[in-house]
Amino acid sequence: MKEVVVLSGKGGTGKTSIVGCFAALAKSKVLVDCNVDAANLHLLLQPVMREKHEFWSGQVASIDEEKCTRCGLCQELCRFKAVTNFTVENVSCEGCGFCSQICPAQAITMKENMAGHWFISDTRYGSLVHARLGVAQENSGKLVALVRQKAKELAEKMGIEYVISDGPPGIGCPVISSLSGASVALLVTEPTLSGIHDLERVLDVCHHFSVPALVCINKYDINELNTRQIESFCEGEGIRIAGHIPFDNTVTEAMVRGLPVVEYARNGISRRMEELWELITASLKK
Amino acid sequence: MIISVASGKGGTGKTLVATSLALSLKDKQKVQLLDCDVEEPNDHIFIRLVISSSDAVNILVPQVNEDRCTYCGRCAQVCAYHAIAVFSKTVLVFPNLCHGCGACSHLCPEKAISEVGREIGVVEYGYSGGIEFVQGRLNVGEPMPTPVIRKVKEKANHDSTVIIDVSPGTSCPVVQSIKGSDFCLLVTEPTPFGLSDLILAVETVKELGIPCGVVINRAGIGDGKVEEYCQKENIPVLLTIPLDMEIARLYSQGMSLVEGMPQYKRSFEELFDRIREIVDERSRCLKW
Repeated sequence: MKEVVVLSGKGGTGKTSIVGCFAALAKSKVLVDCNVDAANLHLLLQPVMREKHEFWSGQVASIDEEKCTRCGLCQELCRFKAVTNFTVENVSCEGCGFCSQICPAQAITMKENMAGHWFISDTRYGSLVHARLGVAQENSGKLVALVRQKAKELAEKMGIEYVISDGPPGIGCPVISSLSGASVALLVTEPTLSGIHDLERVLDVCHHFSVPALVCINKYDINELNTRQIESFCEGEGIRIAGHIPFDNTVTEAMVRGLPVVEYARNGISRRMEELWELITASLKK
Repeated sequence: MIISVASGKGGTGKTLVATSLALSLKDKQKVQLLDCDVEEPNDHIFIRLVISSSDAVNILVPQVNEDRCTYCGRCAQVCAYHAIAVFSKTVLVFPNLCHGCGACSHLCPEKAISEVGREIGVVEYGYSGGIEFVQGRLNVGEPMPTPVIRKVKEKANHDSTVIIDVSPGTSCPVVQSIKGSDFCLLVTEPTPFGLSDLILAVETVKELGIPCGVVINRAGIGDGKVEEYCQKENIPVLLTIPLDMEIARLYSQGMSLVEGMPQYKRSFEELFDRIREIVDERSRCLKW
């Protein structure tokens, strides 16, 4: 079983549209959406939920008003500035429990935190493991690790060849959770200065965690000068460019209809997506 | 006044809006731009400035003085992140797991734990043609952006109009960036992905009690459902930017919209005036 994770650094470069195509093109796969706070893959795959589970993670401090003597010690010692006016601001509390340990009146207890849900769903392309982090919750990295784990278990149990994950933007905890231990990372970039800057950083993360990377330049024709700059940067780094995808509004048209573009239009875009997937699978067979 | 620029979905144009808003206002008032997208900060590309100074962002991690340690295990017991483990004759610290809460050092009965800074990122400062600029940059391989974001926000200059560029998504870094704002601009595109993430972003700002308005970017692609949603939820659409290859080209070269197409300056000034009205109206209501 091989795991392909699609990342980008910069958001909105086309990760989900590409993963949607891979869902339609790969024969034997489990799909994972590692965007747990702003998921979109389901909008292309139209899943029917098979299992729904609660995600409990971390704790949040809670001050008992009646016991609190307003001494202010918790406020003074909290490094996350989560206590103001003798109440805990849930979104800032990192659940360390320090306040509950030092409160002289024992007025602070730690409460288990239900941080979201995760799901296993059926789609016409196979199983999809996805999640929904609660509003303003933390620990997205843990939830990402969980959905990936479930997808791999499912793939192993059913003898499935590929786990394909739609990764989050950025380089922080959910990205690290999506990436570590994957067989290959496909980095989707665009020929803008922001795209290039962010590609360099996410590639460094791949190096840091020793995951081999391939690059795909999406909308490569918006600025061919920048495209050449990406090509020469990748050449210098010894990173293979796995595909060039032109700007084409049919990708958005397909999205509006809730379809991966390879199922919506048989055009140049579809062929580029097929070639991209073939190249990735070939690189994994080496 | 603090205005944060967020989106839910990535790549909708937060950086475009934040930088053009700052550049449009700078001749009339003091403007400070804070780039809180510390995982992938891009504003500096469009503001084109020289970083004049920087500070390291450290989180305090424990350092155990084993001469004093009795291996009682109290530190490991209080650590919520399993960042410290005590064995019969040794203590192991896992700095990458440590959130720097300080519980272990404070609660050690032998005072055997001190704290040392571990660098996880930097805050950088610059000044460019009337804009005071601060950005955070998380070091590659570090998982936790929030301490860097907190550090950037500490530099907010309350005598200025502060514009905060936020990372995509709706989880902890986003909440950390937008909380305390007087207004949150949500930049979206009129597509199913844009709408789905806009709905999540609206829920997040509502949870924080911050008034919001929408900027629709690349109007003309996709469908009309974002506008329908905004109308139904009574969320003002404050600016619409059309799908225009010239705008995409400027962006790709790292040129801000108002510099490349100065006719947009007026739109951003009006956007600011609308935000000011909404914020003033709200504070009048709150006083009543």
